[in-house]
Amino acid sequence: MIRQKLALAVATTLLLAGAAHAQSARDYISIVGSSTVYPFTTAVAEQFGKGSKFKTPKVESTGTGGGFKLFCAGVGVQHPDVSNASRAIKKSEIENCAKNGVTEIVEINIGFDGIVVASSKKTKPMPLTIKDLWLALAKEIPDPATGKLVTNNVKTWKDVNPTLPANKIEVLGPPPTSGTRDAFVELVMDHGCKEFPAIKELEKTDEKKAKAVCQTIREDGAYIEAGENDNLIVNKLVANPNALGIFGYSFMEENLDKIQGETINGVAPTFENIADGKYPVSRPLFIYVKKAHVGVIPGIKEFIAEFISEKAVGDDGYLSKKGLIPLPGAKRKQVAADANSLKTLAP
Amino acid sequence: MNKPTASPPTKIPSRDIKTIVNAGLARRHAAERRFRWYGLIAITLGLTFVVLMFANIIGKGYPAFWQTYIQVPVTFDAAVIDPQGNRDPQAIETADYAALVRAGMRQLFPNVQGRLELRALYGLVSSDAAHELQDRVLQNPALIGASQEVWLLASASVDTLVKGNIDRALDESERPIKDNQLEWVDKLQAAGKIEKQFNTILFTSGDSREPEQAGIRGALMGSFFTLLVTFLLSFPIGVATAVYLEEFAPKNRWTDLIEVNINNLAAVPSIVFGLLGLAVFINFFGLPRSAPLVGGLVLSLMTLPVIIIAGRAALTSVPPSIREAALGMGASKLQMVGHHVLPLAMPGMLTGSIIGMARALGESAPLLMIGMVAFIVDVPKGFMDPSTVLPVQIYLWSDLPERAFVERTSAAIMVLLAFMILMNGLAILLRKRFERRW
Repeated sequence: MIRQKLALAVATTLLLAGAAHAQSARDYISIVGSSTVYPFTTAVAEQFGKGSKFKTPKVESTGTGGGFKLFCAGVGVQHPDVSNASRAIKKSEIENCAKNGVTEIVEINIGFDGIVVASSKKTKPMPLTIKDLWLALAKEIPDPATGKLVTNNVKTWKDVNPTLPANKIEVLGPPPTSGTRDAFVELVMDHGCKEFPAIKELEKTDEKKAKAVCQTIREDGAYIEAGENDNLIVNKLVANPNALGIFGYSFMEENLDKIQGETINGVAPTFENIADGKYPVSRPLFIYVKKAHVGVIPGIKEFIAEFISEKAVGDDGYLSKKGLIPLPGAKRKQVAADANSLKTLAP
Repeated sequence: MNKPTASPPTKIPSRDIKTIVNAGLARRHAAERRFRWYGLIAITLGLTFVVLMFANIIGKGYPAFWQTYIQVPVTFDAAVIDPQGNRDPQAIETADYAALVRAGMRQLFPNVQGRLELRALYGLVSSDAAHELQDRVLQNPALIGASQEVWLLASASVDTLVKGNIDRALDESERPIKDNQLEWVDKLQAAGKIEKQFNTILFTSGDSREPEQAGIRGALMGSFFTLLVTFLLSFPIGVATAVYLEEFAPKNRWTDLIEVNINNLAAVPSIVFGLLGLAVFINFFGLPRSAPLVGGLVLSLMTLPVIIIAGRAALTSVPPSIREAALGMGASKLQMVGHHVLPLAMPGMLTGSIIGMARALGESAPLLMIGMVAFIVDVPKGFMDPSTVLPVQIYLWSDLPERAFVERTSAAIMVLLAFMILMNGLAILLRKRFERRW
C-alpha cells in the first residue's frame, strides 16, 4: 500500500510539473477585476473572440480591489494582462505594482456608470437630494438646534425633509466590499455632509473625524446590506414598495417595467442626463492594461482597439445597449488616441 | 413514572398496578400520537419547501428549453459572399454575412424606411444569425447564388415577447421591445414565420453575453474535467487511507491524532480549501488559474475526508469473522483485505464517494479563489484550458442585468439538479444492489 501511495505521489508531482510547463505559453488574454465592469468587458471579449483570429479572452469577476491585487502581482504569463476597475487605481496599488515590477500601466476610461436610487413603480416617486440621502443614512448627524453631533434616530423620510412622504427609511444597498458602495459613499455621502455648516467647521479642526462622520453609514437597520447581486435588490424592491434600492444604471434600464429611478437634486437618472454629467451620482469605469504584456500575449493591442472602437463604446455602440454610458465625443477621441499609443500612467 | 416499579412492590395489590398503568396509558399514547404528528408536520414542511423550490425553478426555467426562431428568406448572393467568383475559402469565410441577414429582413418588410426603423427591424434577429449563415455556406458552398427560407435565431427581446413575458400594455419606453417591433412580430406570427424550437444552443455552446446565444456546454465540460480529476485523485487515495487506518495501522496516539484531524477536515468550510489551493497549487507550483486541474485538486482535498470516513465505516461493518476465517485459512493480511474485506466493503465505499462527488459538483466557493469564476466562451477541451463549472455559471448568470438570463439561470439549475439526483440515485442503487447485511 505504501509503495502504491508513493507511486501516486510521484505521479501527481509529475502531473503538476507537466502542468507548470504547459503554463509557459498562454495564447489568450487574461482579464480580472470589477464585477461592475464585467458585463461590459465580457461583451467586448466575446465580440473580439468572434471577429478576430485570436482566442476569446478569459474574464474573471474578482472585484476591483481583488483584481488589482492579482494584476499587480508581477509580470509574466501567470499574471493577468488587464484589470477591470469601477474606480481609478489608488496610489497604494500603483506602489504595490511597482514593487512587483509592474511599472508601465495603461489606463483606459471606457465610460460612465450611473448609480441610481430606485423604488417600486407602485409607490409615488420621491424627489430626493444628496442632502436628504445623507441625513437619512449617516450614522451621526448634527443636531438641528445645537449643531452638535448626535446619533441618527431619524425614522421616516418626512423627518428628513418635510416635503417627502412619511415612509419608513429603508434603503437596500451593496455591502462595503462592493465598488458601487465606495462610489455611493464618495458621490453622495461625502457631498451630502458638506451641506451642513457644523461639519464644515469640524473639517477645519479635525479632518479625520469629519471624514468619518461623512462616510459612516448607520447600522440600525435603515440601511440594509443586500449583497452584491443587483437583481436581488430589484426583486426586493418589488416585494417591498416602501424601500429604496441602490444599484447600477443597467439594472434599472432592464427593469423599467417594475422600478423607477428617483430624481436626485432634481435630475432624473436617464441615459442622457448621465452622459451629460448632469446627474450627480455617476462614476467613471476603467480598464488597466499591463504594457509589458503587449506583444507577449497575442492580441492585446487588437483587444484594446476593439474596446475603444466606436462600434463598442460609441454613442450607439453595443456597450451602450448593455447600459454603459459613453464618454462625450471629444474625450472619447482623446482616450482612444492615448490607448492606441499605449500611453502609460505617470509613475 | 418509573419510581413505583423501582420501590418494593410487595405492599401494593396487583389491582393498583393495573390502575396506575391504565391511568398513565392515555397520556403515554397521547405523547406518542403527538410525536407522530410532530414528525409528520416536519416532513410535510420539508416537502412543501422542496416542492415550492422545484415549482419555482421549473416554472421559471422550462421556457428556456425552447427558443424562438424567425423564418427569413435569404439569398446567398454570390456578389456578397464570393465577389471574385473563384470560391476562395478565405474570402467565403470572411464575407459580410450580416448583410445577407439584413437583406432578408428588408425583403420581409419592404416598406420599412429610415436608419432608425431599419435598425429596429434588424434587431429582431440575433447577432448570431450571420454566423449561422456562414456555417451553412462553409458546409455547403453550393448554396452560393441560391435562395432559401432559413430559420434564424431571434433576439432575446423577441424571444421574451413570444414567451409572453413582456407586458404589451406597458408604455413603449418601459419595455425592451418598441411599438414598431411589436407590430412586425405580430405580423410574422400571423404569417407563421415565428416558431419555437427546442433550444439546442443551451446544450451546445459556451457562455455568451447575448442571452439567446448562451449555453452551458462550457460549464458542463468544465465540471466534467474537474470531477474527473477529483475522482481520480480522491478515490484511490481515500480508499488506501481508509484501508491502512482500519486494517493495518497500529492503534496508538498518532493514529488517534490522524483520525481526529480527518474528522475535522471534513467539517472545514470549503472556502478554506480554495485559499489553500490558491497558495499551494497556483502560487507555489505555478499551475494556471482557472484550470480544471487546479479545481479538481482543490475539490479532492475537500472530498478526501468524506471518502475516508465513509470508507472506514464500510470497513468496520464487515464482520470480524470473515477476517478471522481468511486468516485461519492461511491468507496473509494483504490477501485477507484484498480478497475478502475490500470487495465486501466496496459498495459502501462507492456510495460514500458518490455522495462526496455530488457535493463537489455543487461546490462553487473554493473555486472563487482559484479563478474559475470567469466568463469563458470557448468550450474547454482539456485539464489545462480555462473553464468554469455549472454552479459558478448559475451564479454568474444570476448576476447579469438582462432579463432573459433569469430563465436560463433556472434552466441551468435544473440541469445541475438533474445531475445531483442522478448521482444520488446511483448511490442508492449501488447500496440496494450490492450491500450485504450480516
